Amino acid sequence: MAERAQPWGDHVAAVFIWTAAAVVTSVFVWMLADIVWNGAGQISWEFLTAPTDDAGRAGGIGPILVSTAMILGVCMAVSVPLGVGTAVLLSEFTGTNVTFGRLVRRSLDVLAGVPSIVFGLFGNAFFCHVLGLGFSILAGGLTLACMVLPILIRSTEAGLRAVPNEYRMGAAALGISRTSALWHVLLPAAAPGIVVGLVLGVGRAIAETAALLFTSGYVDRMPGSLFDSGRSLSIHIYDLSMNVAGGSANAYASALVLVALLVPINAGISWVADRWLHRRLVR
Amino acid sequence: MSPSHRDRALGWVLRATAALVAAIVVLIVAFLVVESAGVLRKLGPLRFLTDPSWHPTSGSFDLTAMLLGSLLVTVGAVVLATPAGVASALFCRYYAPAPLAKLYGRMIEVLAGIPSVIYGMWGLMVLVPLIGKWQPPGPSLLAAVLILTLMILPTIALFSDAALAKVPDRYVRGAAALGLTRWATLRGVVLPAARSGLFTGVLLGMGRAIGETMAVLMVCGNVVQTPGSLFDPIRPLTANIALEMGYALGDHRSALFVSGLVLMGMVVVLVGTAELVSRGRLHG
Amino acid sequence: MIPPAAPPAHTPASTQSRVLAAGARPMVEAQRVSVRYGKHVAVEDVTVSIGRQQITALVGPSGCGKTSFLGTLNRLSDLIPGCEVAGRVSVDGEDIRARGFDLVGLRRRVGMIFQKPNPFPLSVRRNLEFPLREHGVRDRARVAEVVEQSLRNVGLWAEVKDRLDAPALALSGGQQQRLCIARALALEPDVLLMDEPCSALDPLSSGVVEDLIGQLRAQYTVLIVTHNLAQARRIADNVALFWAQGGPGRLVEHAPTEAFFESPRDPLTIAYVGGLRG
Ligand SMILES: Nc1ncnc2c1ncn2[C@@H]1O[C@H](COP(=O)(O)OP(=O)(O)O)[C@@H](O)[C@H]1O
Ligand SMILES: [Mg+2]
Repeated sequence: MAERAQPWGDHVAAVFIWTAAAVVTSVFVWMLADIVWNGAGQISWEFLTAPTDDAGRAGGIGPILVSTAMILGVCMAVSVPLGVGTAVLLSEFTGTNVTFGRLVRRSLDVLAGVPSIVFGLFGNAFFCHVLGLGFSILAGGLTLACMVLPILIRSTEAGLRAVPNEYRMGAAALGISRTSALWHVLLPAAAPGIVVGLVLGVGRAIAETAALLFTSGYVDRMPGSLFDSGRSLSIHIYDLSMNVAGGSANAYASALVLVALLVPINAGISWVADRWLHRRLVR
Repeated sequence: MSPSHRDRALGWVLRATAALVAAIVVLIVAFLVVESAGVLRKLGPLRFLTDPSWHPTSGSFDLTAMLLGSLLVTVGAVVLATPAGVASALFCRYYAPAPLAKLYGRMIEVLAGIPSVIYGMWGLMVLVPLIGKWQPPGPSLLAAVLILTLMILPTIALFSDAALAKVPDRYVRGAAALGLTRWATLRGVVLPAARSGLFTGVLLGMGRAIGETMAVLMVCGNVVQTPGSLFDPIRPLTANIALEMGYALGDHRSALFVSGLVLMGMVVVLVGTAELVSRGRLHG
Repeated sequence: MIPPAAPPAHTPASTQSRVLAAGARPMVEAQRVSVRYGKHVAVEDVTVSIGRQQITALVGPSGCGKTSFLGTLNRLSDLIPGCEVAGRVSVDGEDIRARGFDLVGLRRRVGMIFQKPNPFPLSVRRNLEFPLREHGVRDRARVAEVVEQSLRNVGLWAEVKDRLDAPALALSGGQQQRLCIARALALEPDVLLMDEPCSALDPLSSGVVEDLIGQLRAQYTVLIVTHNLAQARRIADNVALFWAQGGPGRLVEHAPTEAFFESPRDPLTIAYVGGLRG
């Protein structure tokens, strides 16, 4: 009895697992195909550069792309130094104070789990009101910087941890200061990890919507400075599909642009990470 | 500056950097607390559970319907995404031929990186009309559950895959040597061995589901009510914040921060539990 | 400078006089040096004096604390979490374990070569330039001159002069090890610590590096850890045997090479060397 039941269970499981994979794949293909099918027609140089018109129904996404790039720029300019610095402290200066390191790690774990809408609330209260930045690209970028820090720090730390200890010993034995060893040897050797973190961070930041709703705002004009409000691509998609009747064509086109920016990023990262891992293993 | 002074200076700069980074979490909690303090002090926490309805502009602050909305959506998504996610990981590791497994793995990674606003838009344009044709109106608890399932599936699949990768090969070979079928091996040996890793993935997926805003906001209908069926519109906490924060003032704004605080609390509990589970594995 | 007080009882019987001429000032001196990793004592109570411009081979079975002892001489042991050193270590008469001692200067004077060649992942040229610049040699002509001279000193110049800008990691293992030696020599150290510098190399490269070490005697004080007794016999002036019998590693015998192999005094040395002869 039991002997016959087992192969039967085996078949059911196989069918279930193949079906699950097939369903996931078809939904993925469906979603991508839908976006490409409905979005590709509108994409043109004109669409990518022209100002928005009629609440986004007409015109292009030029100012939106500029705002997105500016928000991203602020985010990375702030988060990269903070993230790399923290990662260096955590992986290279561990001996100094164990409890402090543990505290920093714990808080990063929590930070990584904070919902983006909560980041939005925080950014609105702190950057927009307390620091008086109002709805601005600066406030949005700073909010995103807080959000991507855990990702950046984790990858940079992984990169540093993969650097052979012989380099540290060798540098110390030559009387080279820690600062120089870091700058000239360890950080360059950890570059793949830093790059993976950077790209993941950029991906996360471009994808973000909820944290920007009440920090960088909705304004779809070309921003004049970092203190202007600017609408990111993701917010543009949200607004067009939710709040603007007749906006769906341009929503699809914008979504296609966003996906076209992100898919290569995500596919590229696993490629870089794979090659990097491979190199570490063969060397 | 002499090299050793430089090193010491760098050490302090880095320590200050790390302290600043660590302080962000503290700042977030502090701001949530400070901003919600006004209404909490004025009304007390109980009013958020006992008021008759959510009409913040007329002094009625009931959060229960939206809390329930958040919980229903999350539970639904976790119930659907867990088997699908674990199945995806099993598919990659034990069922698919190598090239297919690799391709499928890449696809899951790409899915994990697709922005929630894209999921939301697709749900709004494709899924909601489909549901609407079958059981109007369309924007519903069901739509939100399905979209969220898609969104947290990659998280669960990636964590499950990592957990499966850690199961020693000899377990599998040992079971095969006993003549167990593939599924019996997986069910009897591999999945139990990977249990805590799988559980961690599910917990983190749950955290993602509770905190997700855009995708849910775009398909759930946003009616503040206790749903009578899967096809009724609902409004979770996150969507409520996103919808009302733009114009909320005074007590209303303060009440939104209260819901942020509640969200934050739930996520901290989930992340903490996940941490405990995954650390338990190190000892066990 | 007054030589320190007579060493305590644990010093191997009367070896000092055999190794160091009376009145000669030692280059490196260890007095009652112990090394611990947490609770585990790796080296205990080692007292030894190393003469100038001599090659001293440290031999002994694996795990007897040779590497740990070497690490106390340039304070590289500071970098190992949980590692504690006790006792007095002096280089050229200066107590290097004194508070606030100039570590950068110490490591410039006491170079170290590791078992596994560890050039930085930079070009051949940058591997030499980087430490030089760190130690304040900035004049370009001077740097280029030192780079060439150091490479010539280790017999690498002819082999790499056309690919100074190629990555150092593309060199063969033996070339990498010689590059590491050149990198240490470029800083003009007084002492060179070498921890099994040949054991990761193929026999041919190993022979080349060994010949090179033999030539260093004229200018440097060399401490070399080796498992190869024949090698110790070929290149060393003195040999020190470390031994850990269940407990921490100790110095068993320290004698001129000839005496060490031909008339060892300690039973452990007799047994150890006997393995080679028999
Ligand atoms: N970083 C370390 N942490 C803990 N124990 C160590 C460490 N390095 C060496 N040891 C221990 O110290 C003893 C001496 O090691 P080592 O100095 O490397 O010996 P040798 O170089 O003679 O082989 C060994 O028992 C080894 O296990
Ligand atoms: Mg050793």
